[in-house]
Amino acid sequence: MQLYLPIADLPVNVFLVLAMGAAVGFVSGMFGIGGGFLMTPLLIFIGITPAVAVASVASHIAASSFSGALSYWRRRAIDPALASVLLCGGVTGTALGVWTFTQLRALGQLDLMIALSYVVLLGTVGSLMFSEGLRALMRTRRGALPPRRTHNWIHGLPLKMRFKRSRIYLSVIPVVVVGIMIGFIGAIMGIGGGFILVPIMIYLLRVPTSTVIGTSMVLTLVTMLFATMLHAVTNHLVDAVLALILMVGGVTGAQFGARAGQKIRGEQLRLLLGLLILSVGVRFAIELVIQPSDLFTIRELGVSG
Amino acid sequence: MIRPLLAFLLVLLLGSAARAERLIVSVSNHRVTVTPNYSGEELVLFGSVEKDATTPPDRTAYDLVVTVMGPHADMVTRRKERTFGIWINTDYRQFLQVPSYLALFANRSFDAITSPEIARRQQIGLNNVLLMQRVGGDFADVVPNDAFRSAFIRLRTQRGLYREDPSAVTFLTPTLFRTGIPLPAEVPIGTYEVEIKLFANGAFIGKTETAFEIVKVGFEQFVATTARQNGLIYGLVTAAMALMTGWMASIVFRKD
Repeated sequence: MQLYLPIADLPVNVFLVLAMGAAVGFVSGMFGIGGGFLMTPLLIFIGITPAVAVASVASHIAASSFSGALSYWRRRAIDPALASVLLCGGVTGTALGVWTFTQLRALGQLDLMIALSYVVLLGTVGSLMFSEGLRALMRTRRGALPPRRTHNWIHGLPLKMRFKRSRIYLSVIPVVVVGIMIGFIGAIMGIGGGFILVPIMIYLLRVPTSTVIGTSMVLTLVTMLFATMLHAVTNHLVDAVLALILMVGGVTGAQFGARAGQKIRGEQLRLLLGLLILSVGVRFAIELVIQPSDLFTIRELGVSG
Repeated sequence: MIRPLLAFLLVLLLGSAARAERLIVSVSNHRVTVTPNYSGEELVLFGSVEKDATTPPDRTAYDLVVTVMGPHADMVTRRKERTFGIWINTDYRQFLQVPSYLALFANRSFDAITSPEIARRQQIGLNNVLLMQRVGGDFADVVPNDAFRSAFIRLRTQRGLYREDPSAVTFLTPTLFRTGIPLPAEVPIGTYEVEIKLFANGAFIGKTETAFEIVKVGFEQFVATTARQNGLIYGLVTAAMALMTGWMASIVFRKD
């Protein structure tokens, strides 16, 4: 069934988009991530312009992280204080990100920057996760204990605050900085940032695993809602029809993914996720290096008269 | 009251007398509605060449060039180059108020109809249509084989938005003609100007104009218009929709 997407200005097959949403939802449910880093590239590969893909996926991630955040809230697995401090940074970062997005678009370098960000970020995170997963897998094979956690330089920073539910005593500076960073890259790349945020919170900020996913989902939810609003007001690029199809597919797929994820061991899960992230990064790198079929592109700057 | 009317009639008479031929044209539909499942259609333009007493008797064969122009817009053409091993947009040209849809039709090849000089002046053929560019601080139309200009025309032609067809106009009788105006699925909405130019023995002897309108209807168009005009409300509704979907999912799939 063909459906015309009003903002993307493109007819698409509803079932294809629905299936894409469900597939990404399955993966995101399995790994406990938002899935934006998979959804945005998939949309770009089916011919939707990177700008529209980034802006529309923001609302899709908002929907899936809201359903996730609700269930974590019921289980009291969200640290409200930590979430509020993260949000201070997150909202600032999102505003900066959308502003940068608009500037890059006017310069004609937006598509390039989106692709480059994907290569750098996914390449780095993917390889780190993959090698870490590999090491952990070997450790369990040998039956060795995981290395003991120690305090790092971040815990020497001033402006400390007690986060009760997470039972940690931590400076607000790194928390706000992490919020800004996630908000910024989320707005430019159309990702929730959960797959970067969760490792940072666990390994750098030492947030306990009981609250980490729920709290990161709150940050994702608010930054993505804010990004949706800003993209709609400044660039008029949010395709609500596309977003709705993705949401419906995504939230359904996520439920089955979560069930499948419980059957796989943690190390194997990380290894798989690392591999997945890495391959999306490589796909973007190839796209940048091979010669495009057409060196020229046209952009309309608005019809008048 | 009577005087200006007489003067007007006189001008009308003199005008038509000076031109010697009159073109009467009409399009099959002056208002094309594009629905969500619109996949392109073809308008038909038909008309006739009316002779009068002052028409030279040796003038029997006519040539016609039909130009259809969609709403005008500014556009940017960018060129990628390999820099540090990757392909980057390096150079660009801005095209100012160029038609978003442009079609040129004739009854035979443009260079058979008239001389290159007149073709240039009357903007006959995609190579001769004026496409204003901003080159640095200057405003000009460049030579037809300019890399950016030809790339621009090539890309628009690929999307079916620019076209020239020197055999599209058919004469049903020596003075009665018709031509089809193909409108692709992604046709821009707005007012379209149609200009019909009449030639005889290579000389330009007159023109007439008509217009039609393309409007989009349906839910999709409503969404697109709202997004552009009420960005804030649109954003709020989309955000609310996201929250609703998420909330509903958490109820439907609740595992307690």
